[in-house]
Amino acid sequence: MQVRRTPKTYDVCIIGSGAAGGTAAKVLTEGGLSVALLEAGPPVVPETDYKEHVWPYDLPHRGAGVGGRARQGLEDEFLAPNGAWEIEGEPYVSAPGSRFRWFRSRIVGGRTNHWGRIALRMAPVDFKVRSHDGMGDDWPLSYEDVAPYYDKVESYIGVFGTKENIPTAPDGIFLPPPKPRCTETIIKKACDQLHILCVPSRLAILTQPHNGRAACHYCAQCGRGCITASNFSSSQVMIPPAQKTGRLTMVTGAMARELVVNKDGKVEAVSYIDKATREEKRIHARAFIVAASTCESARLLLNSRSTLFPDGLANSSGVVGRNLMDTVGSDGGGYFPALEKMPAHNHDGVGGMHMYLPWWKFDRKNEFLRGYHTEFGGGRNMPGVGEYDDLCDEFENYGAALKQECKRKYGTFIGFSGRGEMIPNEDCYCEIDPSAVDQWGIPVLRFHWKWGDNEIKMAKDMQQTYREIVEAAGGIYVTPTTPEGQNPYGIADGGMIIHEVGAVRMGQHATTSALNQYCQAHDVRNLFVTDGACFVTNADKNPTLTIMALTWRASEYLLDQAKKGNL
Amino acid sequence: MSISRRDILKTLTLTAVTGSVLRVIPLEAAEYAHRMVRAARAAAENQTYAPKFFSAHAYKTLQALCQAIIPSDEQAKGAIEAGAPEFIDLITSENKDYQVALGGGILWLDNTCIDRYSKPYLDCTAAQQKEILDRIAFRKNAKQDPSLGQGIEFFSLLRKLTADGYFTSEIGIEYLGYIGNTFVKDFPGCPPVPGL
Repeated sequence: MQVRRTPKTYDVCIIGSGAAGGTAAKVLTEGGLSVALLEAGPPVVPETDYKEHVWPYDLPHRGAGVGGRARQGLEDEFLAPNGAWEIEGEPYVSAPGSRFRWFRSRIVGGRTNHWGRIALRMAPVDFKVRSHDGMGDDWPLSYEDVAPYYDKVESYIGVFGTKENIPTAPDGIFLPPPKPRCTETIIKKACDQLHILCVPSRLAILTQPHNGRAACHYCAQCGRGCITASNFSSSQVMIPPAQKTGRLTMVTGAMARELVVNKDGKVEAVSYIDKATREEKRIHARAFIVAASTCESARLLLNSRSTLFPDGLANSSGVVGRNLMDTVGSDGGGYFPALEKMPAHNHDGVGGMHMYLPWWKFDRKNEFLRGYHTEFGGGRNMPGVGEYDDLCDEFENYGAALKQECKRKYGTFIGFSGRGEMIPNEDCYCEIDPSAVDQWGIPVLRFHWKWGDNEIKMAKDMQQTYREIVEAAGGIYVTPTTPEGQNPYGIADGGMIIHEVGAVRMGQHATTSALNQYCQAHDVRNLFVTDGACFVTNADKNPTLTIMALTWRASEYLLDQAKKGNL
Repeated sequence: MSISRRDILKTLTLTAVTGSVLRVIPLEAAEYAHRMVRAARAAAENQTYAPKFFSAHAYKTLQALCQAIIPSDEQAKGAIEAGAPEFIDLITSENKDYQVALGGGILWLDNTCIDRYSKPYLDCTAAQQKEILDRIAFRKNAKQDPSLGQGIEFFSLLRKLTADGYFTSEIGIEYLGYIGNTFVKDFPGCPPVPGL
């Protein structure tokens, strides 16, 4: 096969256009560099691709998807495009005894088209965990190093919230929060009684016009994508200013296969499969930013083997694929008879919670290390497929009685989702599967996963807490969990919270980490990995905001290096 | 539809975003586009539905069962008017498991009715229909009469799918009293409720 070479050499080639890739594209092009941005999926066209304001009955499948697949827990039809737990022709493998789920998104903007927009800063202590409790590792940088970049990101993308002075949940630069919904008012009251913190949430959604984007119009559908770009997505907020510079070249439908090194040990090109033609092509650049999402980034490095780098690129330490973490997740919920009397009203709000429960037990000794925050929601949402599965099973019956029961119980449920810090362990990692390739001929990942005791104890605490809150608020807890079975205390399988990070971690030493504090590979000076892969730990803060802050910081460092002629 | 949603949005986008590098369109434009889509859909709707999976007889039975599960009353119309049978037929035509469970389930019901009442379900009297549905609507009945087990499983699935079809319809959503899916300038928060 003929391997085509694009004659041009770009200053920087970025692989992936999500939170990390989009941020890098903006900062680097605005800094004057020429950038090629590779994306494995197609472009996104919000006006036609987003199903905002569509009713279930506007779709023949009512949101259930072909064959009712949404009923099997797969993504529904309303979700912004190309986010999926399974991609046809692009498999991944869980090792025997492990269960890992991998949500991937092949489209410009990646998973920022779908995410929950929860934008939490990591706290000073989160960067120095080993110094604090002896487990895991400290980051090679501190909160003070990252804070100016949190400022930059928040100022640019727009995040609502309130100043609360909670040491483990640092305040940011906030737009005003939306008013609480009824469900949130009820839970706030119960939390006050129980001395559990419940404060306005912090989401990347605009409550007022911001940087040329319209304010939120409160339809509660951020996950469908927002045609007014009132929430943050890389595709609508990071990529357009990069395009405006005239220095960005977008290459979509490009599945990166291998980073090619020259004899000096620097990356000179990325080999990718052009999905439209199935041809192998190359892009040359002076520097490379890998931002393909944590596990894809690890996969690309591990698949980039050469004489100089026999164990994969930037992997002389052997850590690539290791240190894989997700978030500890356990859900619980309750039925609230008081909500039956709630008059019909518009409960939509933003596409996510208006209030949340930050970690509140930071000042005492607990049965487990680290902490979790809690997201919660419920009430009079738009009804959807599967809404009444549980009621049908419990109430049974049929006819007028069933119909009335459904109406009576509508909007009376509030659910809680614990999101806690996982401590990395030796049993959680990904590697190249020895036998399988995807349809592009690229060897696929095999995942290994095992939760540690600390995580199980944390899930137990979540369940106890949610029961207490529900009961204090006058509800009935309806989520029985047990310590036994595959998912003790309801702990979600690895990957399910879609916060996988850490597989190409940064660190002080080249022997125990792959990257320095600027996300630059210890082994390969013109290679950067700025997505969640660079994380050392996985605090109970959703990773996206930190990914963007670290990418912004790495990109400014790269710009500085370029100015000094070090590319 | 003579003018597509895409066309409208394209036009409005071009006129609206001057001055901003971000691809944003005004709320009014989007709302207008959505209204157009709905109007076009409504126009296409007044046609008889041709079942994709179920035979004519089975589909009639399906309709009768859906309406028995969620009937019409003075507050709101029932499952047939809400399009639940069409929805169930469509996803069943695409799902082999549902084909077995629902296609087979309807045959089970007819066979059982023939055994008990010498007639398929649709030809039974209202009292007979109620009698058999009262048997298969509750899991506990299988304890006394294990021969009901398959019917109970079938009815359990059909009940969920009927609820899906009903409560995702315009009729069902209005019946529940969901208000939203629209443009709101300022979110008002929780309305004053005594005791909250």
